[in-house]
Amino acid sequence: MRDARGDVTRPIGARLWLSGAWLALLVLAALCAPLIAPKDPLMQDLFLGRMPPFWVTGAEPGYLLGTDSLGRDVLSRILYGARLALIVALVAGSLTCFIGATLGLIAGYYRGWPDRIISRFVDIWMAFPPVLFAILLIAVMGPGLVSIIIAIVVIDWTRFARVIRAEAMSQGAMDYVASAQVAGRTRFGTMLTEILPNVLPTIVALLTLEMGIAVIIEAILSFVNLSISTDSPTWGGMIAEGRTSVHQAWWVLVFPLITLFLTVLSFSQLGEGLKDRFDPVLR
Amino acid sequence: MNSFLEVRNLNLSLKAGMPILRSVSLNVAAGQVHGLVGESGAGKSMIGKAVLGTLPRALQVTSGEIWLDGVNLNSLPTAERRKTIGAKAALIPQDPLTALNPSKRIGPQITRRLVDILGWQKSDAEARAVELLHEVHIPDPARVMKSYPHELSGGMRQRILIASAFAAEPKLIIADEPTTALDVTVQKQILRLIAEMQQRHDTALLFVTHDLGVVSKTCDTLSVLYAGKVIEEARMRRFFTRPIHPYSAALLKATPTYTNPRGSLTPVPQSVIDATEREVREHDMRASR
Repeated sequence: MRDARGDVTRPIGARLWLSGAWLALLVLAALCAPLIAPKDPLMQDLFLGRMPPFWVTGAEPGYLLGTDSLGRDVLSRILYGARLALIVALVAGSLTCFIGATLGLIAGYYRGWPDRIISRFVDIWMAFPPVLFAILLIAVMGPGLVSIIIAIVVIDWTRFARVIRAEAMSQGAMDYVASAQVAGRTRFGTMLTEILPNVLPTIVALLTLEMGIAVIIEAILSFVNLSISTDSPTWGGMIAEGRTSVHQAWWVLVFPLITLFLTVLSFSQLGEGLKDRFDPVLR
Repeated sequence: MNSFLEVRNLNLSLKAGMPILRSVSLNVAAGQVHGLVGESGAGKSMIGKAVLGTLPRALQVTSGEIWLDGVNLNSLPTAERRKTIGAKAALIPQDPLTALNPSKRIGPQITRRLVDILGWQKSDAEARAVELLHEVHIPDPARVMKSYPHELSGGMRQRILIASAFAAEPKLIIADEPTTALDVTVQKQILRLIAEMQQRHDTALLFVTHDLGVVSKTCDTLSVLYAGKVIEEARMRRFFTRPIHPYSAALLKATPTYTNPRGSLTPVPQSVIDATEREVREHDMRASR
């Protein structure tokens, strides 16, 4: 197929469709949570504790995915939990990407002393166990949304720096970079106009992957009760709570877990799909 | 003879100390084609890279001067030098597959040079680019301008690179083995095209190659490089009839002929590799002392 500019286009693959659809649904859920959530996610009703989902006998009408031990609606909590998950994914993901990719690009293209400094820093940084590092950071800064985002950026920028440095290095060795310089372009200009467009597909793929990882880290932090305040619903918090009563009420654990799983999977698949589609070399 | 490019006693070495070029001198007269021949590893490409200022990081110029159009390049500050080189010289690279930016369309890659070097308006540059593509015999230039490099064949890409090298009307083109990466059938067309463009635009051409056959057809003068040294500099006719240096003579004898296809080739007495290995050993011995 060809589009208006005469470019060959490919139909969007199932992978891109499915992951895109799931994430769009999630964004919608996060934006309209107050409108579409059947119940108040914080409302407790101890008489309705551990009600099963709708298809199991003994289910309470109105509570589609059942209730937790305090009688709170699981579906509503998942919908509200999407808000925090997506904010963390977007903000922490893009900040990590920006900082890591910038440093990686400079190290890989300029080489010399900037590379030595950045690379040694990355080596040292990567020796810390990441999750422990995050928990330590939160413990020091105190829980809260900003702390979570800072912790994710601080532990994960190295991933971008490493990969983008290697990409920038291999692109920098290509003849077209040399000819841009022979044409009198500055080094900084060459980096932005010649190198950056060629590492962009990798940056996008990594960014979506990072968004998934950010969601996981946030879930881990809520799991150990270091995320934001305990009463606002988070997927990780729900999983932690569901774990304790998995034999009596599996749904409290399973539904947030499935949501988390699908979300992280969708982010990584979206990245791969976008890379396939927009990388001019693979296309 | 007024030289457009003059390399005087250029010494180039690895930062680790191993010499790559030794006291190389070279003259390319305005509008003339000068061949630079030698085996792989003799240092041919490095001369071109030294002139254009695109040497790999591991190499450094230890002494010597490069004069371009009467200006000593070493005396200029970096930014100024880059501008001067960009305005006066251009490169036809060895590998057309890596010499075009894969994520950009062909059009901007050519017009960018005109905008960068000559300060043209974008619309003028586009018209000129179409003209240039026409000059290098590319059918349907308007479509090619909108293509990405990976949509075009190697021969097409080399034509585009030739067009782009001549775009800003440089007075010197350095062609670094421009046909090595191409099919034999395409090689001939590309050689003819380079010669045609060189004559039409009246540019000086430094033709780097290991193919004496190519040199004999295209060049006015030539230098033979062996293990980082220029061992013979000659006019074309004289070189092929009466080579002076024994290595040059051996090189000419090593050319296969149609008249005696089964006769064995005369090997060149000592290859660059041997010479380099000896050099490395000596260097190590000096270092260990």
